[in-house]
Amino acid sequence: MNLTLKVWRQKSANDKGAMVAYEARDISPDMSFLEMLDVVNEELTLKGEDPIAFDSDCREGICGMCGCVINGQAHGPDHGATVCQLHMRKFKDGDTITIEPWRARAFPVVRDLVVNRSALDQIVQAGGFVSVSTGSAPEANSAPVGQAVAETALDAAACIGCGACVAACPNASAMLFMSAKVMHLGVLPQGQPERYDRVSEMVETHDRLGFGSCTNIGECSAVCPAEIPMDVISFLNRDLIRSRAGRGMKRA
Amino acid sequence: MEKSEGVQWWGGRGAVQSFAAMTASITAAAGGRTSVGKKVAVAATGLIGVGFVFAHMVGNLKVFLGREPINHYGEFLRDMGEPIFPRSFVLWTLRLVLISAVVIHITLTYQLMQQSRRARPIGYEYTEPVRKNPAARTMRWGGTALLLFIVFHLADFTWGVHPDFQRGEVYHNLITGFTRVPVTVIYLAAMFALAMHLYHGTWSVTQTLGVNQARWDRTIRRGATALAVVIAGGYSIVPLAVLFRLVK
Ligand code: HEM
Ligand code: FES
Repeated sequence: MNLTLKVWRQKSANDKGAMVAYEARDISPDMSFLEMLDVVNEELTLKGEDPIAFDSDCREGICGMCGCVINGQAHGPDHGATVCQLHMRKFKDGDTITIEPWRARAFPVVRDLVVNRSALDQIVQAGGFVSVSTGSAPEANSAPVGQAVAETALDAAACIGCGACVAACPNASAMLFMSAKVMHLGVLPQGQPERYDRVSEMVETHDRLGFGSCTNIGECSAVCPAEIPMDVISFLNRDLIRSRAGRGMKRA
Repeated sequence: MEKSEGVQWWGGRGAVQSFAAMTASITAAAGGRTSVGKKVAVAATGLIGVGFVFAHMVGNLKVFLGREPINHYGEFLRDMGEPIFPRSFVLWTLRLVLISAVVIHITLTYQLMQQSRRARPIGYEYTEPVRKNPAARTMRWGGTALLLFIVFHLADFTWGVHPDFQRGEVYHNLITGFTRVPVTVIYLAAMFALAMHLYHGTWSVTQTLGVNQARWDRTIRRGATALAVVIAGGYSIVPLAVLFRLVK
C-alpha cells in the first residue's frame, strides 16, 4: 500500500508546530499502525531528517502508552483498541491519513505526537489509591468480595490511562478516566474508608488541572480501548453528591 | 441567602428584589463549586424547567375544549391560591422561581462552557465523531435558541406585542396569534429545539444526579425520548390545529 500521511510536527513544547505531509510507500496491510510509522521513520532517518516522535511501550494494548488522533478519531478507526493494535488493513491504498496528538490544555505537547499526561497521574495522586499501608498480599479470603462487586471493580480497572477519553471529548474533560478510578476503588471494601474524600479531592484536582466539564456526550466511552461504560460517570456524580452532603452534615 | 433576610418578599418590588438576591447567592454558591457541583445545580434547575414545560403544555391543550375552558384556565392561574393568598400571588411566586431557575441554569452552563473552552486552546485539524449524538452536541446552541424563543414568546403572548391582543382572552389571542404563518414556523422550530434539549437533558439529569446504571440506560433513553416527543408534540399540535383550521 502507498499512503499519504499528514502528521503534526512540533520540535518542542514551545515550538508552534504544523501539519507536514509524508509519503508512506510499500506498507504491508499486516503491519500495525506503529510499525508503519517505524518504516516511515527509518526512511526519514536515512534522509537525515528528524523521525516522528510518538509514544509506545508494550505494543499489545495493555500499557496505555501509545495514542494519537488518526483521521479525527482517538486511536483511529478500530474501536475498542489502541493505536498499537490498529492494523493497516483498516486503510485503503492511496488513502490520506491525518495524525495529530491528543489535544488538551492539561496535556501539553512534548514533541510531535508525544504529550505529557502526568495530569492523569496527579488526579490519581489526589486520592485514587488507598493511603493506609496494606502490607504484603493478605490471605485471599480475609476480605470477602462478592462476584458482582469484583466484576464491577475489574471492569472499571480495565482503564489503561491512555487519555483517549480526554482527547476525544469535545469538552476535553477527564471524567471517564477519573470515574473509572473512583468506581474501581469505590465498590471494593478496601476503598471504603476514604471513599467520599477521594472523590471530592479528585474532582477538585481535575478542575484545577484545566480539564473541561463533562456534558455526557459519550464520545469518551465510544473511543475507549477498554470500553469503559458511561455509567461510571453516574457513579462518580452520586459519590460526589454524597460526599458534599456528608461534609455539610459534619459541619452542622 | 443572608442578604434577602428582612426584605418584605411578598410585596411586588420586595419579592423581585429578594428573588434576585436569592438567585445571585445560589449562583455564587454554586459558582464556587466543582464542575460536578455546578452541573448538579444545572440539572436541578433543568428539572424545574421540565416540570414547567410539561404543565404548560397540558394547559395549552385546553384550547381543544373550546373558548370558555381555556379562558377560565387563564383566570384560574391568577386566582390560584385564593383566598389564602392574594390574587396573582401564587402565579408571581411561580414566575419568580422559574426566572431564577433560568438565570441559574444559564449562568452555570456558561461558566462550564468557558471551562471547557479553556481546556482545549488548540483544536484538531480534523475530527470525525464516533458517537453521533446530535442532541448532546447541540445543547448550547439549542439552549440559546430556547432563550431567544422564550423572549419572543413572552413578548408575543404575555406582554401583548401581538397584532390583536386582548388581555384575558386567551382563546382569541391564541387563534389570531397562530394565524400568522411566520409565527407558527418560529414556534414549530423552537419546539424541535425543545425536543432535542429535553431528550439529552432528561437523560443527562440521570447521569448528573447519579441514578443512571448500564442496565437501566436503554429504559431511561426511551423515557427521555417519550418525554421529549410528548411535550414538544403536545405544544406543536396547537398551532398546527389553528393552521389547518381545526380550531377557529
Ligand atoms: C425550556 C427551558 C429549559 C429546560 C426545560 C431545560 C432543561 C435542561 C436539562 C434537564 C438539562 C440537563 C442538566 C444536566 O444534567 O446536565 C439542561 C442542560 C443544559 N441546558 Fe437547559 N433547559 C432549558 C433552557 C435552557 C436555556 C434557555 C439554555 C441556554 C441558553 C440552556 C442551556 C443548557 C445547557 C448548555 C445545558 C448543558 C448541557 C449538558 O451539560 O449536557 N437550557 N437543560
Ligand atoms: S503501546 Fe502499550 S497500549 Fe499501545
